[in-house]
Amino acid sequence: MLNFQLNGHDVTADAPDDATLLWVLTDDLKQHGLKFGCGLSQCGACDVMIDGEVVRSCQTKASSAGGRSVTTLSGLMENGKASKLQQAFIDEQAAQCGYCLSGMIMTAQALIDRNPKPTEADVRAALNGNLCRCGTHTRIIRAVLRATE
Amino acid sequence: MNTMLKKMTRRELLATTGFLTLTFAMPSNLFGQQAPEALGIAGGSGLPHDLKNNPMLSAWLRINSDGTVTLLIGKVEFGQGNRTAIGQVCAEELDVDFSRLQIIAGDTKLCPDEGVTSGSTSMPDGGTAVQYASAEVRGILLGLAAEKLGQPAETMKVKDGTVTAANGKTTTYWELVVGKALDVNATEKPILKDPATYTIEGTSVPRVDIPAKMTGGESFVQDMHPDGVVYGMVARPPNYRSKLTSIDTGPIEKMPGVIKVVRNGSFLGVIAKTKDEAMAASAALGTAGKWDVPNDMIGNAGIYDWLLKAPSSPNIIHDQKRADGAAPVKTIEATFQRPYVMHGSIGTSAAIAQLGADGVMTIHTHSQSVWQTAEAIAKMLKVDTDKVRCIHTQGSGCYGHNMADDAAADAALLAAAVPGTTVKLQYTRAQEHQWEPYGPAMVIKIKAGVDGDGNVLDWETDVWSTSHATRPGGNPGNLLSARYLDPPFEQPTPKEIPGPNFGAGRNAIPLYEFPGQTVTTHFVSEMPIRVSSTRSLGAYANVFALESFIDELAHDAKVDPLEYRLRFLKDDRARAVLTKAADLFGWSNYKRKPNQGRGIAFARYKNYAALTAVAIEVRVTPRSGRVQVLRASVADDSGQVVNPNGIATQMEGAVIQSLSWTLKEEVRFSDSAILSADWASYPIITFQEVPSIDVAVINQPGMPFLGTGEAGQGPTAAAVTNAIFDAAGVRLRTLPLTPDRVKAAMDAKKS
Repeated sequence: MLNFQLNGHDVTADAPDDATLLWVLTDDLKQHGLKFGCGLSQCGACDVMIDGEVVRSCQTKASSAGGRSVTTLSGLMENGKASKLQQAFIDEQAAQCGYCLSGMIMTAQALIDRNPKPTEADVRAALNGNLCRCGTHTRIIRAVLRATE
Repeated sequence: MNTMLKKMTRRELLATTGFLTLTFAMPSNLFGQQAPEALGIAGGSGLPHDLKNNPMLSAWLRINSDGTVTLLIGKVEFGQGNRTAIGQVCAEELDVDFSRLQIIAGDTKLCPDEGVTSGSTSMPDGGTAVQYASAEVRGILLGLAAEKLGQPAETMKVKDGTVTAANGKTTTYWELVVGKALDVNATEKPILKDPATYTIEGTSVPRVDIPAKMTGGESFVQDMHPDGVVYGMVARPPNYRSKLTSIDTGPIEKMPGVIKVVRNGSFLGVIAKTKDEAMAASAALGTAGKWDVPNDMIGNAGIYDWLLKAPSSPNIIHDQKRADGAAPVKTIEATFQRPYVMHGSIGTSAAIAQLGADGVMTIHTHSQSVWQTAEAIAKMLKVDTDKVRCIHTQGSGCYGHNMADDAAADAALLAAAVPGTTVKLQYTRAQEHQWEPYGPAMVIKIKAGVDGDGNVLDWETDVWSTSHATRPGGNPGNLLSARYLDPPFEQPTPKEIPGPNFGAGRNAIPLYEFPGQTVTTHFVSEMPIRVSSTRSLGAYANVFALESFIDELAHDAKVDPLEYRLRFLKDDRARAVLTKAADLFGWSNYKRKPNQGRGIAFARYKNYAALTAVAIEVRVTPRSGRVQVLRASVADDSGQVVNPNGIATQMEGAVIQSLSWTLKEEVRFSDSAILSADWASYPIITFQEVPSIDVAVINQPGMPFLGTGEAGQGPTAAAVTNAIFDAAGVRLRTLPLTPDRVKAAMDAKKS
């Protein structure tokens, strides 16, 4: 049994210590805001936060979340509504397929948390390890900058 | 996602309280997909292609008594925004608010069969069909209103489903259909709206699928977790032609969580209680097997020589003889090469399948071709076609025929082994990278004879390529795993699709008005590497070659490349697009800086669809050969614009994805294995490499929808290549344009 906080709520997962955090969050706890992309920490589609730090959940053991606070994409919502950053992504229509976006938004949120007024270069650097195949990069950059205006 | 609706059967849908059922008589003057004049609304006659194939209006539209409209379509969403755009067309032509629409797409049991969602045909085919169907239904509803209100239909006005007669009396669509099951034969040609009156088409309605994707909602097949679901994985052979000689599955069956190991011939799969357990078991399966592994692959470096030498038959797809016999003063020729490239979806392909008690295999899939894939899977499972139901559910962007269909087939193979149990399958990254059907390698040779002023007199293009089309198409031999079953389903030998605008020959014919033109394709039916449709098919490489070579000719003639193109480009829309991109870029007042350069290129996709021009500025670092793309200016004419922001998004995506292909991508393989197995061994473009992009969307009110998604890739490749030439004086003709290649060319030029 594994106990931790998920998006502000105490949760228990019936998973072995060596279970992968990604699968515990998606398959056991029915979270949709993180995706399997590569399983190799190369693409960022599975990014979530543990205690405010972005981790690649595909290569993180669930046990490392024990007693800590995990945030997924839906956990960024405020009073059931899109957060300022999420709304900026919606307003910029910063998606094509959208598969990479949960990781993009989590990584961007972590950037904003440590640097509330990032430059375009800061945004590009922060997101450089997150892959997008549809070519939505310029809109994603605009969305992050819009959220920090 | 229409989760609730997707679970409904057709009978349940029909059982809603009030709706309109219509039958539709088919006019005799029908048209097909190919002819440009037939694509849409202006000047066309008869039924649009997809409506011709599905003439029952009730197959497309239901007017519900609760004030909603159900739109059923066969074109599916994979990030291109077609669900929203087609919905806009419906709302516009039916005269209802967009928010009233419930859209169900790509369910083989519920929706009209619109074939494959490919080739940028969602708007030309799907959009036009919905336009006609919606206009027809509006006309029928007005007839009902006229009857009810005792007023002539012609004088009725409609706003959001409320019909107002000249005498001020009103009724609504929803009242008109309550308690009725109407059986109406519509025989008149629909009265289409005047584009000048559009209020929904031409506006950037926000995409309906985006909010859930931004807030952690359930959007993708990968997100679905039905009750009781278990996890399937496959274990692939060491390479394409390997055969499984023996395996002891006993130890794997005893691994934690394993429910079942499935072996059929050389196909290996496993079903387990958790994803971790399924992955561990499939990895063990992969190493437990004894395989006969032939090491007879060509290796990626030798592929171009192989293509030129492989058996092929020349097919002249375009032959225009020059009338005069003046001899050219000079002949210029060049050879261009494009490697295998990946679709490279960020999410690996996935599917969820269950064999029901009724014997129906229901599959949630992100296939682009749900009907033909269902048929192929049915044949693989040796059941009737109506025993396989595919329900399109979004997946990661696919950019053509990736492994979506294979995942659907694999999930079905595993689900068939555990009847009644729901099996979810998602590939590993290596399985997706190493087994997907790549965009094929191509060789293109172009030769031009020019006169003393540098004008082209004769133009010759020769294209060598393997197939661009191995989609399931109802044939199990096109499903990867079916080829490893016992007995195997053989992959059919691909044939070149006739006509100049498909497959390898797409966009090989110049639109420039050169007097003599010959274009020949050399179709190689053998496929040493698995290949299929990849965004824009042959157009990417052909436009890269053609628009690079035009630049070479302009340089040789000492004429500005924009001016040189306009010299031979007579079509007004083509000239307008090219000029617009140049203006947006600032071509005429360009300030030259050291190591920087500009390039421009144009194409009309398939030579009859969207017109696109791209201008690009690059900086080349001489020391490293690194190419930095600084900015791109794009002009696009996709005909009647439905959603301008949607077109801009597609164009930005086309430019960025093409820059990734053009600057970075090549599938590598040895004599025994695909070596590009992950994002480290197959890198793609990243945030710090992406330029700023401006897009001018040119509207053509009332003209046919032309589609957008595949129009920008070819021009982008040539524009960046031409910009490198302008910056560094080197002409690169083999993709990708890696720093090593640029540096080598610059060094060679110096020495």
